This record gives sequence, C-alpha cells and structure tokens, in this order.
Amino acid sequence: MKNGNLTRSGIQFEEPLLFENSTPGRKGCSFPTWKGKKHDIPPALARRQPARLPEISEPEVIRHYTRLSQWNFSIDTNFYPLGSCTMKYNPRLNEEVARYTGFAHVHPLQPQETVQGCLQLMYELERYLAEISGLSAVTLQPAAGAHGELTGILIMQAYLQSKGEKRRKILIPDSAHGTNPATAAFGGFEVVQIRTGRDGILTPEVLREYMKPDVAGLMLTNPNTLGLFERQILEVTGIVHEGGGLVYGDGANMNALMGKAKPGDLGIDILHFNLHKTFTTPHGGGGPGAGPVAVKKFLEPFLPVPRINMLPGGGAASAGGGPASGWSGAPTYALDFDQAQSIGRVRAFFGNFGMLVRAYTYIREMGPDGLQRASELAVLNANYIKARLLPHYHLPFGEGTLHEAVFSDKKQKDFHVSTLDIAKRLIDYGYHPPTIYFPLIVFGALMIEPTETETKSTLDQFCDAMIAIAQEAQTDPEKLQKAPHLSGHRRLDEAKAARELKVRYQF
Amino acid sequence: MRYLPHTPDEIQAMLQTVGVKEINDLFASIPASKRCASPLALPEALSEVDLRNTLRDLSRKNAHGEDWISFLGGGAYSHYIPSAVPALTSRGEFLTSYTPYQPEVAQGTLQAIYEYQTMVAEILGLEIANASNYDVSTGVAEAVLMALRVTEKKRVFVARSLHPEYREVLQTYLKNQDAEIREIPFTPEGTLDRDFLKKEVNQDAACVVAGYPNFFGVVEDLSDVAALIHQHEGLFITATSEALSLGIFQSPGEMGADIAVAEGQSLGVPISFGGPFLGFFATKRAFIRNLPGRLVGETVDKSGQRGFVLTLATREQHIRRERATSNICTNVSLCALSSAITMALWGKEGYRELSDLNFQLSETAKTRLGKISGIKLKFSGTTFNEFVLRSERPPPQILEQLQSQKILGGIALGRWYPELKDSWLFCITEMNQQDHLDKYVEALQGILT
Repeated sequence: MKNGNLTRSGIQFEEPLLFENSTPGRKGCSFPTWKGKKHDIPPALARRQPARLPEISEPEVIRHYTRLSQWNFSIDTNFYPLGSCTMKYNPRLNEEVARYTGFAHVHPLQPQETVQGCLQLMYELERYLAEISGLSAVTLQPAAGAHGELTGILIMQAYLQSKGEKRRKILIPDSAHGTNPATAAFGGFEVVQIRTGRDGILTPEVLREYMKPDVAGLMLTNPNTLGLFERQILEVTGIVHEGGGLVYGDGANMNALMGKAKPGDLGIDILHFNLHKTFTTPHGGGGPGAGPVAVKKFLEPFLPVPRINMLPGGGAASAGGGPASGWSGAPTYALDFDQAQSIGRVRAFFGNFGMLVRAYTYIREMGPDGLQRASELAVLNANYIKARLLPHYHLPFGEGTLHEAVFSDKKQKDFHVSTLDIAKRLIDYGYHPPTIYFPLIVFGALMIEPTETETKSTLDQFCDAMIAIAQEAQTDPEKLQKAPHLSGHRRLDEAKAARELKVRYQF
Repeated sequence: MRYLPHTPDEIQAMLQTVGVKEINDLFASIPASKRCASPLALPEALSEVDLRNTLRDLSRKNAHGEDWISFLGGGAYSHYIPSAVPALTSRGEFLTSYTPYQPEVAQGTLQAIYEYQTMVAEILGLEIANASNYDVSTGVAEAVLMALRVTEKKRVFVARSLHPEYREVLQTYLKNQDAEIREIPFTPEGTLDRDFLKKEVNQDAACVVAGYPNFFGVVEDLSDVAALIHQHEGLFITATSEALSLGIFQSPGEMGADIAVAEGQSLGVPISFGGPFLGFFATKRAFIRNLPGRLVGETVDKSGQRGFVLTLATREQHIRRERATSNICTNVSLCALSSAITMALWGKEGYRELSDLNFQLSETAKTRLGKISGIKLKFSGTTFNEFVLRSERPPPQILEQLQSQKILGGIALGRWYPELKDSWLFCITEMNQQDHLDKYVEALQGILT
C-alpha cells in the first residue's frame, strides 16, 4: 500500500483498508460503565477468538468513510444514465421523514393500536399503488424487485394449484432481466425463452407457438428493456388468458407509465414495483430497495400475510390528517394474519418500512398531476437523447421509444472500439456509463435512461460528450481502448479477481 | 414541481429536436382505448412544509421511544446508533449511487463492502461472507436452499425454537422445492432436544437449522449438534437474530457451523418498524461457488494499483439466468455500510464491551424479575439480552395493563406457541435507562398483587 497521506488527484486521497489503519488499544465508541454485580458467562459458552474488528478512533472513521465516499460516482454528483435503473433525484425530505422517531424507532411487534400511524401509511400506500397500476390489492412485504418477482411467481403457483392445475412452464421474452428466469426457476417452473419480434416487441404470432396447455403464464416487462411499449399487449395478454395462463408484469419500467396507462387495464394480472426506481427511494450503493406486488382481485387471497385491513367504521382518519393521539383511541387499521390461501410470509415483519415511508412521501409530494408529468418528462428526455445521438450511434430498435433508448457499438466496431471502451471513456468526461451489454438481444448494448429530473442542459452536455467519443473512436481509438484515464483507478482486472477470489482481508 | 426542472421553452425546443408536436405524441404506441382518460385518483400534491407536517402527524400516531419505555426484542433490537453513522451514510455519494457495476467510479462502495465482508466473517467466525442479504429471515431460507444444493439431499431439520417468522419464510421458500421440513422440539431448558436429534438425524438429512441465541434468548453450545449432522454429511446452519451476542458468546464458526446467518440490524440500523434490515451471510470458503448474492473481491487495475470489483458473477442471475444460485439482484448495501461503520467505531474491544453490558443488564433483570411473586423464569438455559417470563395471569392481560402505563412490556408467545400461552419474551438493552427496570418491576408488582 502506498503512503496513506498521498493525494490521489487534487483533493481526493489514498485510503488504506480499515484493518491496515488499526492501532491496538484505540477505539471509536464510549458506553456506560457497568457498576452493578458482575455476572460471568459459563466458560464453555465464551467466545475464544475475538472478532478482529479494527481499532480506530472516531475522527479516523469519519475520515476513512468520507474519503471512500469521494471515490464514488453518485446522482448527487452528476448525471447517471444507467438504463433500467431509473437513477432519478432522491429527495432529501424523504430521508428526513424516514428518520422521524415515530417511524424509525417503532418496533414491529408492538401492539397494533400503538402503530396506527405505520399501518395507515402502509394501507394508503397500498391504495396509491393499486390506483397507479390499475390493480386491486397490494402487498408491501417484498424487500426488493427480485423478491417481489418471487412473491408474484409464488402467487401464480398457488393460484394454479388452487384450481388443481399442474402447469410447469413460464414464458419469458429473450429481452427480460436475468431476475425473471432466475425467479421462475426458483418457483419451480421450467423457463421457456421466447424471441422478440423484428421491431423489438413480442408478437402474437410467436406467442401463439409457445402458448401450450402446460404453460402457467408469461413474464413480461412493459415498456420492455428496449424502452419500447409492447404495442400488441392487448392481444398478447389475451392469448395467455385464453390459454388459461396468467400474465406477470415486471414493473421495473413503471416510470414511463404513471398516469398514462395502467398495467391492470392492459391485461397484467400480477405486477411488482421497484420503489427504488419509480418512487425515488435511494439506491444506496445497491439497496435496500422495496418491491411491492399488486394483483387483480381474484388473486388477492394468495397475497402474503399479514394483510392490512381498515376496520368497519374506519376511514374517518383521512390521509395523513388527525391529531397525534391515534394509539389511545379506537384503532382504525388492523393486521390480518389469517388467510387460508395465502402463500405465507416472504419476509419477517412487514417489509422495508423505511423505504415505504420515502415512497409514500414522494407520492404525496407529486400528486396525480406530478406523477403523470414525471412520466411524460422522463419519456421526453429519453427521446431527446435518442434524437441527438441517432446520427452517431446505431439504434437497432427505433420505433416508439419511451423512457430509455438502447444503442449499440455497431458503428464504432469498424474502428475496433467496443461498448466497454465507450462506457469507460464516458467516465473521463465525468459521466457514469449507461447500462452495457444488456438487454442481451442487442449486441454491444448501451442502454440510456435519463429520467425526468435532469435538465435539458445536462442532457446536452452528455450528448456532446457521447458525440465527441464517437468522433474519438474514429480519430484516436486507442484513447478509448485505454480509458478511463482520469478516474482514481484505471480499468480493473476482473478476471484476476474471479481467479484468485480474495474476498476478505487476510490478517 | 420542484423535482422537475423543465421550462415550457425547453420543452418546446426538445419536442422540435425530437420531431413531434406534443409530449402525448410520444405515447402513441399505447393502444388509444387503454390510455388513462382521467387523472390518477390520488391525493393532490402537497407543498414541502405541508408534507413535512402531514408526515410528522402520521409518525406521532405511533407509540415510540420518547414517551414510552420498551422491552421488546424478538428479532428487532433497540441499540445506540453512533451519530457518525447517519452522518456518513447520508452523504450523497453513498446514498445516491447504485450497485457498483462500474468499479472505476465505485471504489468507495466496493472497498466499504470488502471491509464489511471481512468484519462479518470475523464476527460469525467463518472464512467468507457475502455483501449481504435482505435480512436474516430470507437469509435462513437462502442458507437452506444452499444446503440443499451442496448436499443434494432433501430433509431439513429446523428448530422449533427458531424465530417463528423465519420458519414461516422458510416454509414459503421451500413450497415449490423438493424438500421436507422436520421440526426439532425444545427442552424445558429451552435448548435443542438432543434425544430427538440423535434418533432422527441420519444420512437423509441435508441440514440442521438452529437459532443461536434462539427465539427465547437461550444460548447453548451446539458443537455436538454440528458434529452429529457432520457425521451424516449434512450441513449445520445457525441463525442469529441478535448479532451483538457474539461479542461474548462463541461464534457459530467456533461451534462448527457451515453456514451462519445473522440479523445485522443491531449493529447500526434503526428498527424502523421491521425494515430495512440487514442479513449477514457467512460460510466456509469451500462453498464459495454456491453462495447467494453479491460478492466483492480484491484485484488490481491496469497500473497495478489495488482495487475492488464485484466478482464470481457466474453464480448470479444476470449471467446464469435460470441456473443462478439465487434470484437476488441487489443487496442491502446502505444497511451494510451502516453496520460496517458501527463495527469500525466499536472496534474489537467496544464490540465485546457492549455485548457484555447487555448480558449484565439482562442478568440483573432476570434476578430482579424472578423474585416477583407470581412470576417465574420459563427456561433455565443461559440467555443473552432477552429471556422468557411466565405467569399464571394471562400475559396479554399483563402486557395490556403495562401498556396503559406506557410500558411496552414484552411479546406474548401464545400467538406462535400454544404451549407457551402463559409466557412472554422480555428484552433489555443499553437503551433502557437505569430507572426503566425499576418502573417495570414496580408496575408488575402492582399488577400482580
């Protein structure tokens, strides 16, 4: 390791591992001293080898993590066009609200009458998500999008079993997120991949070939991962329903549809949301997320327990109003643990409540017009980028772009420049790269999703950078192949990491 | 709309570049009959100040720490969170970044997770740990699925003394797997029934899953259970709800666990009505290719400088799709960061010290509560910071009376255990001030006499 005080570039600093900075006898905490009678634990139960946690003072810990934070790209520092991830602004009010002691310090096993505020928030959020999706009932329990998918697949499974049907196959388009097939397999289904049509959407003709009596359903992302609305959706969902199957909607791309179209109206039976995408809960470096699942009325009995009900005579306490005396009065909301057909629990307690608070706050901030406007501007931003980059980058599927556009490196390939090179060169221009090499049906994909919270001038600067890179690809390909040049680290050797598998510090 | 920056002029200019007249033209691919005809039926937008007040009011409908005294544990524990933790985790560079797919611009998150993986492995006494699971309940389920993959066997032994909600989640996860769950009874000491295990565990057993400490707070040496299941070529899995206990009690690895999962919430994550939490997941290096979830590994960059990347993605859904080890996509990175910062602040000595303080508090509480007439300790085993009390008077009644004095007095166990209808779970931590226990004792005496 280099000298710990060396600057890396300007005001970025080198920072060793915590363990390399550890000094025996130092600590960064203070606890009350125990003054009572000292009890001993039975020697046979005592820990023999203490956990070798680092020994560091509080100021050192602050500096360590502050320095590390400065090595991260983030939405707060610049435009983050990571396709499919909906990297929109994360409102600070949401963070503050989630830390209110009346939310952050409430125990999940408190008596229901003492948590009426939490239950009201969850009940209302369920109603909001039902309205946005055009579906009837919602569970907030799943901890992430993939967890929501699992919940949805188990609901599908339970529904079919309740009808005495043994259908073993799930149809999944080749453009789907990897979580779709992984989840379907996890639910005990055999995955059948179906091919996307020439214009980037699923066609009824192809679907009919696959829709056999042993097919449980279709998992569909709409708009799909090419950023295209599935134009034949009504026929597609009709075919699945006629064949006795269900349609699962992956709601990863709901940011294109709020107030514009409702998945329930399009024939989707089950849908998961990603609150960390559409509803602004922060991505946090990779979670925590939240993946509520909405279903049609006939699937409600299969939702995970507990459900939240409004008690007869409830509803007087309207959204968010009322005095701070809920716990002492008659409860308005109650948990229902007793649902004979429920798939059971998918997580202890009630899900990622802290994330639910943030999403609820966002929806109340935006209101119906604001949410619709967000989707409209997200789509406008994506189309603007598409229009500006079209002369410079190949766009394999062009018709009907909504919230994201997927380009490829086809034009740059002639100069031996790949998608990876373009992505890494963007870092030198100060941007996070788009999602690359996904969806799999586009070779060398560059998937760009701007979201609605970016200004026109930010998009212009980004497009200028992309265009400059396209020119560099012709004039100075080596510059791209060796990029990034300006980041704290050059390209990292991922093969070496996978070969050596050093996944922890060796003392 | 303060989050939406577009001016009418900019929108016009953008529409012109795109080549359409109005924004709605961009939605032409949605079938006309299915476009939303009316605005969403949602409450109207609120201003920032009104919104803050609305949420503040809503939060005040919950009973919480400031006016109330709480003795609730049962898988969610109130511990002191150092001020440095939220100060650091609320930095936008951590808060608003995503999964570190581009390592050159995500070394902060990657190094922090690498350090986290090391500290979790140390705490659980095992060789390696992943970048985190959603929580321990789903961690238990993933651990069992991993054991089924590794052993290629089907029978899963699960302790009845394991947290009931973890068992429910496991049941859900195993519904469509070719697996069978057998329940291990508990003894009057609150420990695993060894006679049952000796009789029932054989070559068909894929794994034994035990709570450590278990749902009743009981800590026991499980080395013999590990040895028993190893004899039959199965795996030993421990699930720890209260990771603070491992500051003084032997680690799962020291007892012979093959997979140890734990709830990391105690280490720097607020209770927040049960989530988001943090699943610690550790195992032996030999099983690394069977791990669920993300993993960070060390490497070098082109100039030879040390750096970190997500590694072993060949296990994961985005590469292996339907053959992945799990469908997990992201982890709970920000909670992992909170716990890493907390562990760094506590350090080797602080972790042991706070753990011991919790043990002392609960031993003292045990002595004092055990002396109240009409109250008995249900189990005789060693416990960490929670234990089970028993009374002739129905616990729901007692707890309700405590509640009327603004005391959240414990968790009645009858809901999950008909045989424990007369019992409740009591927890005490460093967050309980000195007079809290006095008040509890006094209130209980008042109720029972």
